[in-house]
Amino acid sequence: MLSKRIIPCLDVRAGKLTKGVKFVDNIDIGDPVESAKAYFEAGADEIVFYDITASHEQRGIFLDVVERVAEQIFIPFSVGGGINTLDDMRAVLLAGAEKVSVNSGAVKNPDIISEGAAAFGSQCVVLGMDVKRVEKTADIPSGFEVVIHGGRKPVGMDAIEWAKTGEALGAGEICLNSIDADGTKDGYDLELTRLVTKNVHIPVIASGGAGNPDHMADAFLEANASAALIASIVHYGEYSIKQIKEHIQGRGVKMRMVW
Amino acid sequence: MLAILKYKAGNQTSVRRALDHLGIECAITNDPETIEKSCGIIFPGVGAAGQAMDELQAEGLDEVLKAQIWAEKPLLGICVGCQILLDYSQENDTTALGIVPGECRMFNPSWTDEDNRPIRVPHMGWNQVRLLQDNALFKGIDKNAEFYFVHSYYPAPAEEFVLGVTTYGRDFCSIHGRTGLWAVQFHPEKSGRPGLQLLKNFDTFCKEAGNA
Repeated sequence: MLSKRIIPCLDVRAGKLTKGVKFVDNIDIGDPVESAKAYFEAGADEIVFYDITASHEQRGIFLDVVERVAEQIFIPFSVGGGINTLDDMRAVLLAGAEKVSVNSGAVKNPDIISEGAAAFGSQCVVLGMDVKRVEKTADIPSGFEVVIHGGRKPVGMDAIEWAKTGEALGAGEICLNSIDADGTKDGYDLELTRLVTKNVHIPVIASGGAGNPDHMADAFLEANASAALIASIVHYGEYSIKQIKEHIQGRGVKMRMVW
Repeated sequence: MLAILKYKAGNQTSVRRALDHLGIECAITNDPETIEKSCGIIFPGVGAAGQAMDELQAEGLDEVLKAQIWAEKPLLGICVGCQILLDYSQENDTTALGIVPGECRMFNPSWTDEDNRPIRVPHMGWNQVRLLQDNALFKGIDKNAEFYFVHSYYPAPAEEFVLGVTTYGRDFCSIHGRTGLWAVQFHPEKSGRPGLQLLKNFDTFCKEAGNA
């Protein structure tokens, strides 16, 4: 039986983590390679790297980080942030990432999904979506709108329709981030997650709002997410991956417990 | 030395990184002589079966591979490399290598999981392998260990070649072949410590076979 996945997300700027990761044993790690290694050892099922700046000059530094990560961790990891062209995708995949996440780049040019899937395989292409609750209108019938630029810019597209389009274009997975829930630690937006998992057949990663292990269990049990993205809850040492998994397993969810 | 078969549809680099990490000597190669000199072959694959077969044939590597297998050179096929050892794949209606009898089929999205929900395709993530018999590849690996899968098609070899199964909607064959000719649907190079152990076990088997 397939396990549900726990995925720490690391934000990288100019080759460094934007916030140091403090593990349960209180060692502060600012180096993305070292912290990825620590999460690999600690039982993370996958890791996501997000390049915050993605400026042209700093791209090289970031790719170097990706390469060093690939040499030291032997679980899948994906890379997102500033992916706008097929060449951007190729560069991170060649550097050793398993998957590449397209977000605003795909909103501006949806063909990048199909082109990426054709060139590298659907399994490599993750559609990252930032979504905000809005009033239901004829254009946004679900009341969930796609936004870009960190949630600042609405694009006038219904999130459910965009998820279905992304799947049809060849995305192998969706990483679904709720801008409203992000940073609240009140739990994932279960209604949004449920709506998307109901409307696509590819795996969906719930993102935004994780404050405790029950939130992740809820996303799996109540919203049928395949994976849960987490950040501060593990970065600041509140919980270890093992504690999280044990708790979720206790609620009857299949977790990978041997690593 | 292990030879990692070099052709366009392979994920050779991630396999090489894992072997480097383990200190196992290896070469990414499509040179028949180097392949012949190796003590074992790793046959990786990503993408679609049709494209992978085309690439192999274009370089004449299908014949090299067959000759080595008939000469009992140990081989480990991974993912698409596992699938195209069979006769046929539904993916792109592909005539495959025909080394192991059987075919590769697509997951049916109307199959349901333990909670009665339709399965998601691709089968992506960590899952267990239940061995049908003792297997040298799994020496020292916890029986509850999980491996990383990412695929939409699964191998369905003739029954006597099924070495282990995995459950996704229903049981499918996740490792097939015979001793010394192993094909795994999961990615050992991305499966954490258990996957690294499997690669190490393969290397050990190859060295012992070479010395025998």
